[in-house]
Amino acid sequence: MSIEILMPALSPTMEEGTLAKWNIKEGDTVESGDVIAEIETDKATMEVEAVEEGVVAKLLVAEGTEGVKVNSPIAILAEDGEDASAVEAPSAKVETPASNDETPVSAPASGGSGSAAGGDEGGASKASLASDPEIPEGTKMVSTTVRDALRDAMAEEMRRDDTVFVMGEEVAEYQGAYKVTRGLLDEFGPRRVVDTPITEHGFAGLGVGAAFNGLRPVVEFMTFNFAMQAIDHIINSAAKTLYMSGGQMGCPIVFRGPNGAASRVGAQHSHDYSSWYANVPGLKVVAPYDAADAKGLLKAAIRDPNPVVFLEHELIYGESFDVPDVEDWVLPIGKAKVRREGTDVTITAHSRMVGFALKAAEILAEEGISAEVIDLRSLRPLDTDTIVQSVKKTNRIVCAEEGWGRMGVGAEIAAVVTAEAFDYLDAPPARVHQEDVPLPYAGNLEKLSLPGVDDIVKAAKAVCYAE
Amino acid sequence: MTSKRTSKTTAAKSAVKAAGKDELLQYYRDMLMMRRFEEKAGQLYGMGLIAGFCHLYIGQEAVVTGIQAALEEGDQVITGYRDHAHMLACGMDPKGVMAELTGREGGYSRGKGGSMHMFSREKQFYGGHGIVGAQVALGTGLGFADWYKGNGKLSVAYFGDGAANQGQVYESFNMAKLWNLPVIYVIENNQYAMGTAVKRASSEIELYKRGISFGIPGEQVDGMDVEAVKRAAEKAVAHARGGNGPYILEMKTYRYRGHSMSDPAKYRTREEVDDIRSHHDPIDLIKKRLIEGKHASEDELKALDKDVKAIVNEAAQFAKDSPEPDPSELYTDVLVEV
Repeated sequence: MSIEILMPALSPTMEEGTLAKWNIKEGDTVESGDVIAEIETDKATMEVEAVEEGVVAKLLVAEGTEGVKVNSPIAILAEDGEDASAVEAPSAKVETPASNDETPVSAPASGGSGSAAGGDEGGASKASLASDPEIPEGTKMVSTTVRDALRDAMAEEMRRDDTVFVMGEEVAEYQGAYKVTRGLLDEFGPRRVVDTPITEHGFAGLGVGAAFNGLRPVVEFMTFNFAMQAIDHIINSAAKTLYMSGGQMGCPIVFRGPNGAASRVGAQHSHDYSSWYANVPGLKVVAPYDAADAKGLLKAAIRDPNPVVFLEHELIYGESFDVPDVEDWVLPIGKAKVRREGTDVTITAHSRMVGFALKAAEILAEEGISAEVIDLRSLRPLDTDTIVQSVKKTNRIVCAEEGWGRMGVGAEIAAVVTAEAFDYLDAPPARVHQEDVPLPYAGNLEKLSLPGVDDIVKAAKAVCYAE
Repeated sequence: MTSKRTSKTTAAKSAVKAAGKDELLQYYRDMLMMRRFEEKAGQLYGMGLIAGFCHLYIGQEAVVTGIQAALEEGDQVITGYRDHAHMLACGMDPKGVMAELTGREGGYSRGKGGSMHMFSREKQFYGGHGIVGAQVALGTGLGFADWYKGNGKLSVAYFGDGAANQGQVYESFNMAKLWNLPVIYVIENNQYAMGTAVKRASSEIELYKRGISFGIPGEQVDGMDVEAVKRAAEKAVAHARGGNGPYILEMKTYRYRGHSMSDPAKYRTREEVDDIRSHHDPIDLIKKRLIEGKHASEDELKALDKDVKAIVNEAAQFAKDSPEPDPSELYTDVLVEV
């Protein structure tokens, strides 16, 4: 059997090339690895090596020929023992690989762009989303800080499952830079409460590897500002590997820590990453406001088989809220919560901004405007149903977030509402967000830069045409 | 090449004993399988059946073959994107690997990963990673989990001389030694990080010394001699499994092909490549030992080559025949459904 040598594709984009030079002539014996020709591509001149061994029976393309199509025969080898002179040149037929003559796979009708199709809501079917568990009548409510609620969530999950462990900077002996992990070392010991060096990129990657290998790490970042050093592992390693492995490599890991502005710590310690992570398929992104949600959602995040980015807020760690004293308080990820019902305008917010939205609603009520406040709780999946239902009732929306507005959470919500409730809107969606500058240090400038209660009130009045 | 190491104390004196016939034949067959597989992959790339980036392992076969021979079932393996041979060494099916290269349903990732992103939980192969150096931190995490579970297993993280300059490698070294994790770091020093020679990128070109400031023993090994690799690997495995923490093996090796398929490799001379190929080829070396030791005849080895070729051809045929993934696959495996 003779062997056809085909014009090789030498770059991802090459369709044809110039056969610049033959290094062999008819009658030569070639071995696998011998350079047989030089070929000019659109990018470089490449040497082509023989893959098979044999005797060169025919050179089909003359030196210097331009525009030789990829996959067309350029030479024929006679195999061991075959008479090279008897080898026939092939007919002009060139086999085209199957993958090239088919049009690219078109997206199925159910998919495509826009959240309207439901394909991009993190794969969680909206219909199947559970509601918050009912709190039985007579349940004792315990006033708890957000800080302790988070700690309780971790401790309960660690008691329940030995594969759960906490790692991060100062989480063990120092008891947590913000005291969120207070007491965990005493109860669980250094194997499960691991102080790391200051090495975010490294320990985020280590955590992901541990998750691949059967553990459930809770990785604390002292703040999400420092997670920027680790974002490669959060996105490239944690979020994408399940997909790239055809479903084999699940990554049950929680990345948690304070996110957003603290107080007078300047631009590098005050960044809100909500929209960054919420942009990434393969992640779940949770940003609770009160202590009950912090506890219930963190427990859910630790049990979730997927990577969860859990965004906390330093400025609400110390605030106290009622937490139901039930055996196992777990909340569904992906469900927003209507924190205040209203009829005139919908206000969406997450994390610390929920508190501002609730205060704004009180002020608006005094002025005769009834605001509905939706606590998003989860940014991915985003509970668009709850938002759209609310807008269909109020016909107006203000999207409040602490981070920058450009390409932000509010921008996404405005797009969803415009696409899914366009006919119900009586005003363009409004956004409230941080000013489009790095966060300044000076007290007055910081205040001017960050969104507050007044900004929400103002925006709500504007969409109600109540100036 | 004489072996160099950073610490005498950790280098247990193991009597150098030659591998037996069966062992040598197994090495020969395994390395030949990798070589033929990669040659076929290169060919399919040329035909447009494999697309994108495709990094071939030709020339480096002794490294993964020798290391793998020292591991036991349940140990984990992770590497970068020059990963096809590592998968074969882990016992993954050539058909599934080749079909992933062609982006077909029968591939290990059902066509969604490609050359650089393949995995097998069953065979304890954890990828296949496209970000240079990422596998070092991830591999350290695999070893962390072994340490945490106390299961007596270890992880092997392979990376190249290029990755050896990434910051996260040193972050990982630090934690691995700090906690004495059972991890073996195998630096496959094939002399070029894409087109950059080691001496143009590294202030210290003896990469086995890179663990010194962390207290991690390191050893330089002739990565073209599978028996030397195996001996060094056994030492490293005994060290790591014995609770002494990580170990660094620098494998001096060479890749014959360009960095990826579209690399004309103009940064080195043809003579340099030919010299290695003619005088230091890992497969030729074992072939010589087999023949000279009268373990096998030329004809027997030829027959073995034929068997290997048949398996590779079968894999290529499977990779061509396997259909493209169903369009519905676009939306699966983004998240584990709860």
